[in-house]
Amino acid sequence: MKTVIPIGPYHPLQEEPELFYLTLDGETVVDVDVRLGYNHRGIEKIAESKTWDQITFLIERICGICSTSHPIAYCNAVEDCAGIEIPERAKYIRSIIGELERIHSHLLWLGLAGHFLGYNTLFMWAWKWREPVLDLFEQTTGNRNHYAMIKIGGARRDIKNEDIPAIRKCVDSLVAPLEMITKAAIDDPVLHARLKGVGVLKKEDAIKYCVVGPTARASGVAIDVRKDEPHAAYDMVEWNVITQESGDVFAKAVVRLLEMFESIKIIQQCLDGLEKTKGAEFCVEVENIPPGDGIGRYEAPRGETYHYVRSDGTNCPVRHKIRAPTYVNLPSFKASCIGQTISDVAITLASIDPCYCCTERTAIIDSKNGKKEHLGEKELIRLSQEKTQKIRKKLGNQEGQSPFFLEK
Amino acid sequence: MEKLVLYIFYFVVFPGLIFTAVIGLLAAWVDRKVTARVQYRVGPPWYQNFADFFKLLGKETVMPEGAKGTGFLISPLIGLAGITLVSTIVWVINLNLAPSFVGDIIVVLYLLTLPSLAVILGASASRNPVAGVGASREMKLILGYELPFVLAMIVPILKSGGMLRFDSLLAYQISTRPFLYSISGVIAFIIVIICMQAKLTFVPFDIPEAETEIMAGAYIEYSGPALAIFKLTKAMMLFAVPVFIITVFWGGMHFNSLASAIHAILKYLIILVVVVLIKNTNPRLRIDQAIKLFWGRLTIWAIVAILFAMAGL
Repeated sequence: MKTVIPIGPYHPLQEEPELFYLTLDGETVVDVDVRLGYNHRGIEKIAESKTWDQITFLIERICGICSTSHPIAYCNAVEDCAGIEIPERAKYIRSIIGELERIHSHLLWLGLAGHFLGYNTLFMWAWKWREPVLDLFEQTTGNRNHYAMIKIGGARRDIKNEDIPAIRKCVDSLVAPLEMITKAAIDDPVLHARLKGVGVLKKEDAIKYCVVGPTARASGVAIDVRKDEPHAAYDMVEWNVITQESGDVFAKAVVRLLEMFESIKIIQQCLDGLEKTKGAEFCVEVENIPPGDGIGRYEAPRGETYHYVRSDGTNCPVRHKIRAPTYVNLPSFKASCIGQTISDVAITLASIDPCYCCTERTAIIDSKNGKKEHLGEKELIRLSQEKTQKIRKKLGNQEGQSPFFLEK
Repeated sequence: MEKLVLYIFYFVVFPGLIFTAVIGLLAAWVDRKVTARVQYRVGPPWYQNFADFFKLLGKETVMPEGAKGTGFLISPLIGLAGITLVSTIVWVINLNLAPSFVGDIIVVLYLLTLPSLAVILGASASRNPVAGVGASREMKLILGYELPFVLAMIVPILKSGGMLRFDSLLAYQISTRPFLYSISGVIAFIIVIICMQAKLTFVPFDIPEAETEIMAGAYIEYSGPALAIFKLTKAMMLFAVPVFIITVFWGGMHFNSLASAIHAILKYLIILVVVVLIKNTNPRLRIDQAIKLFWGRLTIWAIVAILFAMAGL
C-alpha cells in the first residue's frame, strides 16, 4: 500500500516553510514532489523599483544566512556591466566577510544536521562555536547578520587595521574546536552507520541535475566559482577546492567541515593583505551605470549564486534576475531520495543545506483537488479578475471604488 | 478487607502511582538538567516537569476526526497502569512491605511491554499516517530488543539455580553477592542497559518518535491530559525500569541504614547518568540498524553470557 506523507509546509525538519510530498511504500520512498512558493516575496520585482545602491541592502534580506553572498554577486554583476575595477583592499574585505560567512553557515548546517539525526549535543556545540564568528561580525561590521559591507565599487566600510589582531585571534581560536568536531564526526561509528551510503548523488547525476556548491563537490564535481571565475581576493591567496568522491551525506558533511579550514586559511592570508594595504582606498566612486547588462557570480556557502542585471542608463535596473543555489540543488532529490527509507530521507533533504527564502519563485499549483495544474499568466489574470468581480458582487456592485475601502 | 485496602494504598500512593510519579518526574528533571549541561545550556528548574504535567492537564484533548475514541483515550491509561504495577511490585519486594507478596520476574517482563503496546494502540487508533509509521517502528523495536533483554534476564535466573521469584532472587543476592559481580553478570547487565535505552525510547533508539523524521510519531495526535499521561508514563519508566534492573542484577535497594540508603540512591543515579550520557553522545539509528544490533551482536553476547553463567562464571 502506498501512503503519501507530507513533510511541511511546517515541519520540525525545516527551518523554513516548504512542502515535500513523499510517496511511501512501507518505509521506502518511491517518489518525491517539491512544492515551492510559501516564502515568495517578489524581490526581483522590488529590485526594479530601487536604485542601484539601495538594491545591495534589499538583496541582503533575501537570506539571513548567506546575506553577503547575494550583494557580492550583485556587485560583481553591476561592476561587470559598468566595467568597474575595485581596489585591492576592497577585494580583501569582500573575501574576509564572505569566508567568515561560510564558516558560520557551515557550522549552522552541521548543527542542524546533528539535530535531524537526533544528535542534539552536536547541534548545541556547533552553534556554540558559531557564536564567536557572529561576535566577530558585530565587532567588524556592526551587525551579527546583514552586514551591509558590500557596495558597488568596493566595500562600504573599512576593516580597521587595529582590529586585525583580534580577528586573527578569534579565527585561530576556532581551529581547535573545528578540528575536534571534524575528528569526532569523521571517526564516529554511529554517524558512519547513519550517513555513509545514504542519499548518494552519483557523479553523472550531479552533472545531469546541474547541482552546485558542496552538493556537487561531494559527488566529485570540482566546481567552485571562487576558482573557476576568480573575483575578490580569491586568486591572490592560496587555497584548495575540497572534493569527495562518494556523493553520500557523509561526503557532504566532510566537504563542509574541511571547507571551513580552507576558509580560515583564506581569511588569514587576506588579513595579511589588509596589513599590506594599510590606509589604501577601499572603494571607488561610481557615477552612473551605463546601459548594458552584466553577470555576477559568487560561491555562496550552498553553491553558486547567480545575478544578472540590465541597465538602461537610469538609476534603477530594468531587469534583475537572481538564481540561488538551493533552486538548482532541489531537483537532485529525485536522484538521491528515491529508494531511501523515510529516516534517511530526512537527512538527505537536509544534506543540500536547503535555503528556501533564496529559492522562492512564483509557484502556480492548484492544490485544492490534489491535481497538479500549471496555470499560465492568462489564467492567473482571469482568476484574479473573477475574484475581483465576485467581491464586487458581494459588496453590491459598486464599481470604481476599492473593495477594501468599502469594507469599512 | 484490611489487606485489600493496604494493597490499594500500595498501588495508588506508596510505592505505586504517586511515589513513582514524583520520583519519576524528578528523574526526568535530572535527565533534562544533565543534558543541558552537556550541551552548554542552563537547563530547567527542578519543578519544570511538574509544571509541564499540570499545564497539560488543564489543556483540551483534541480528538482527531475518524479516530477510534475508546482506543485513543484508553491507551495512555493502559501504559500508566502497566508501569505503576511494575513499580509497585518491585518496590514492595525491595522494601519487604508484604512478606507474603509473590512477585514473579516473568510477570514484570510482561508488564514492562505494556507502555510500548499502549503507544502502538494509541497511535493506531489516531488514524494519522505519521503515527502509523511511528507505531510500526515501535512494534519492530519491541520485537528487536525483547529478545536480548529476555535472554540476558536468564543469566540471574540460571545463577540462582532457577529462581523466578523476586524475593528469592533478592535473598540469594544478599546471602551471596549481586549477580553483577561476575563475568556473565557484567555482560548481561550491559545488554540490559542498552535494551533499557530502547525501552525508554531514548537516543539512539528514539526511532518511533523521531521528531525531525515523523514529528513525535506515535504521539503526534495527542494533546492535553492524554499526552500528559503518556509523558508521565515515560518519566515513571525512567525511574521504575532502572530500579527493576538494580533489583535483578545489583542486589536491590535497601534503606535499613543511612549508608545503605546512600548506596541505593547512588546505584540508581549511576544508571540514570549513564542512560543520559548515552542519549547525548549518539545520533539516532535507523530501525533496520537497531534491529540488526539487537538480533545480531546483542543476542550473540546474551547467549555468551548464558554460557558463562552455565559454566559458573
